[in-house]
Amino acid sequence: MSDKPHVDEISGVETTGHEWDGIRELNNPLPRWWVWIFYATIVFSIGYAIYYPSIPLLNDFTKGVGGYSSRAELNQELDAAAAAKAGLLARLAETDVTEIPSDPELMRFAVSGGAAAYRVNCSQCHGSGAQGGFGYPNLNDDAWLWGGDLQSLYTTIAHGIRFETDDQTRYSEMPAFGRDGILDRQQIKALALYVRSLAGLDDGWVDAGETEQSFLDNCAACHGEDGKGMAMMGAPNLTDAIWLYGSETDQIIRQISEPRHGVMPAWGDRLGDVTVKQLTLYVHQLGGGE
Amino acid sequence: MSTADSAADRAAGDPVSRSGGPDRYDVEPVNRRDRQQPLYAPKKKIYPKRAEGYFRRLKWLIMAVTLTIYYVTPWLRWDRGEFAPDQAVLIDLMNRRFYFFMIEIWPQEFYYVAGMLVMAGIGLFLVTSSVGRAWCGYACPQTVWVDLFIWVERLVEGDRNKRMRLDQQPWGPGKIAKRVVKHGIWLAIAVATGGAWIFYFADAPTLFTDLFTGEAAGIAYSTVAVLTFTTYTLGGHMREQICTYMCPWPRIQGAMLDENSLTVTYNDWRGEPRSRHQKKSAHEGRVLGDCVDCNACVAVCPMGIDIRDGQQLECITCALCIDACDSVMGKLGRPGGLISYATLNDYNANMALAKDSAGRIDPARVRRADGTLSDAVRHTTWRSIMRPRTLIYFLVWAAIGLFMVWHVSARERLDLNVLHDRNPQFVQLSNGDVRNGYTIKILNMMPEPRTLRLTVEGLPGALMTMPGAGDAPRRAIFLDARPDQLRAQRIFVQADPDQTGAGDHGIRFRIHDVFGSEDASYEASFVAGDGR
Repeated sequence: MSDKPHVDEISGVETTGHEWDGIRELNNPLPRWWVWIFYATIVFSIGYAIYYPSIPLLNDFTKGVGGYSSRAELNQELDAAAAAKAGLLARLAETDVTEIPSDPELMRFAVSGGAAAYRVNCSQCHGSGAQGGFGYPNLNDDAWLWGGDLQSLYTTIAHGIRFETDDQTRYSEMPAFGRDGILDRQQIKALALYVRSLAGLDDGWVDAGETEQSFLDNCAACHGEDGKGMAMMGAPNLTDAIWLYGSETDQIIRQISEPRHGVMPAWGDRLGDVTVKQLTLYVHQLGGGE
Repeated sequence: MSTADSAADRAAGDPVSRSGGPDRYDVEPVNRRDRQQPLYAPKKKIYPKRAEGYFRRLKWLIMAVTLTIYYVTPWLRWDRGEFAPDQAVLIDLMNRRFYFFMIEIWPQEFYYVAGMLVMAGIGLFLVTSSVGRAWCGYACPQTVWVDLFIWVERLVEGDRNKRMRLDQQPWGPGKIAKRVVKHGIWLAIAVATGGAWIFYFADAPTLFTDLFTGEAAGIAYSTVAVLTFTTYTLGGHMREQICTYMCPWPRIQGAMLDENSLTVTYNDWRGEPRSRHQKKSAHEGRVLGDCVDCNACVAVCPMGIDIRDGQQLECITCALCIDACDSVMGKLGRPGGLISYATLNDYNANMALAKDSAGRIDPARVRRADGTLSDAVRHTTWRSIMRPRTLIYFLVWAAIGLFMVWHVSARERLDLNVLHDRNPQFVQLSNGDVRNGYTIKILNMMPEPRTLRLTVEGLPGALMTMPGAGDAPRRAIFLDARPDQLRAQRIFVQADPDQTGAGDHGIRFRIHDVFGSEDASYEASFVAGDGR
């Protein structure tokens, strides 16, 4: 490189002195405004580094004089959200579950909270749309094993069903008529066909006499003489269109011979009273609440 | 300067008086044709001289009208009843409503705005192909505000020459006072510009008091601040730089001009050869053009260009050079229009007329003995804008406009949207019915409350329930819709699959205004599952 800077003849601008196959790079200065903004960002970065946590150390980092941390900011936001909800949560705690629907604001709050709690705690069994499944009740329909009014739903959610560690849980067990040898295969099949006729599923059933007596002797205590069930006992209605374990003859025979019983956990202790109320109202407004 | 003269003896910008001729301005265009321009050049400050004449008066008038529209519009009132704001033009971003006199637009009716933009686009074609860059020269906010800023500058500091002298003076009390006053007024205009803008977005009288009591929203203050900054910078300091370097409009408009568009034209077929020594040349028997090379057209140009170099990108066709040239021609007793609005066709015809067989311009060929123009010269008149291209643009533009007017006056102010529940799609009820859930959205776009009757069609035996209402299923549901609001409502529809049959069924929800005549409907589907 020569001592004297090379000047481009056409533009009259100094070049950088580099040359590639006769092509030289003009050494035009950066625009002043650009340079000043660049200096300003350097000044800014110094202030930034002092104020905010910025420089990584071996096991730590500089904390900055401003005391900022993103975790603290998150906690503040969570606190603010909790504070915003505190009033409604307090009102929810002191309002009886049956009286909440008459307060539109509280109702709206409870249902949205219930929807969130449902997705976390209930959807695993009852489905994300509360549509249930084989052996898991559909919460949208109007058939309720243990009652579909607000108080019953609340009790079911809070104390569960057949959940042994909760001393207030509701419990019922249908005898295993086949396995325990209470009825023979012929009688069970006849009962199954009779039950189907109660729900209007088979038109051909005529010989009701003996089997009807068998139904009254063995089933009516819980399911009622007309087969419409009893929510007190958790005994399902046998005349409707809802079948938890299927409505085919084989499925009914299986259920009479060796009944299956679902277990629902008690949520009262785990989620607390307010969340259980929210869940109650959410489930109730899905469409089947009584 | 090409002529060295005694430039050093004069204060910059002073007209050079010549015996027998008009004043000559010591001014050089920013983009002289005969000199290669560097790609990056520092801004050359332009000191536009005040022009007087027809186009200057037209520009004052248009400035008054446009500024009045801008400042007054938000304060106009329009009674819409008790449930809607009474501001004639209001963009209510918070509630997502746009009010324009009798028209109220909801966000989903944004296609009206799209239609306006289409009209604006075709309007641009129409205006540019007929009268050239009239938008740039007269109505563009940049032009209007720069005009206003220059008017203030002239009021405080005087016209071109005084301003140039003031710039060269050392700082003293007088200069400081003038500069403070000028920038103070500029800033006041800028604040008022930003201030007027925000009134379009909120109730103007309320916001006006809130602004001064400090109760207005932060966004209002920051909007005013930003617009104050841009107005002050763009109108006071950047001026012609915006048009020349930043604005895409000149490029677009330049591409749309044709040989029949009006452009500000220097008629060199009668102006050349130009000379500032008219008498001397006349003595020597040379034939000269009308241009006395007084540079008045350059001195008044807010873009700082020389129109005699021909049509160029920088020219916003403000026509002030026409005014300046006409007054010089008037003083000299020559016909005006040496610089004029002309079409390229007319210009070419006149040029052909003026050129002699050697291809040199000979102004004697277009002049009579007494100096007036010969009858063969073509003058551009307003008829030039009447031609098929502009007519087609106009018809398309008008057709879109009429269609929109018809559409907006015939549109329904009631609408219905239905969302079918997806999870679960359907629910088996204990009595064997199948139930589907829907979220219906009723759009009551009238600023008054309405009672609506909801029915469902196309599904035999269909009954509806509203969750939470506790009513028995029924065939029709009455709903109240609040004024100018959307109501979202959950609705259950149930039917007996033995009657409907299995599978999916197309159904139609319908709402009908009980005390009015409007109704709206929405096609949805009912999923009956596989039956029992």
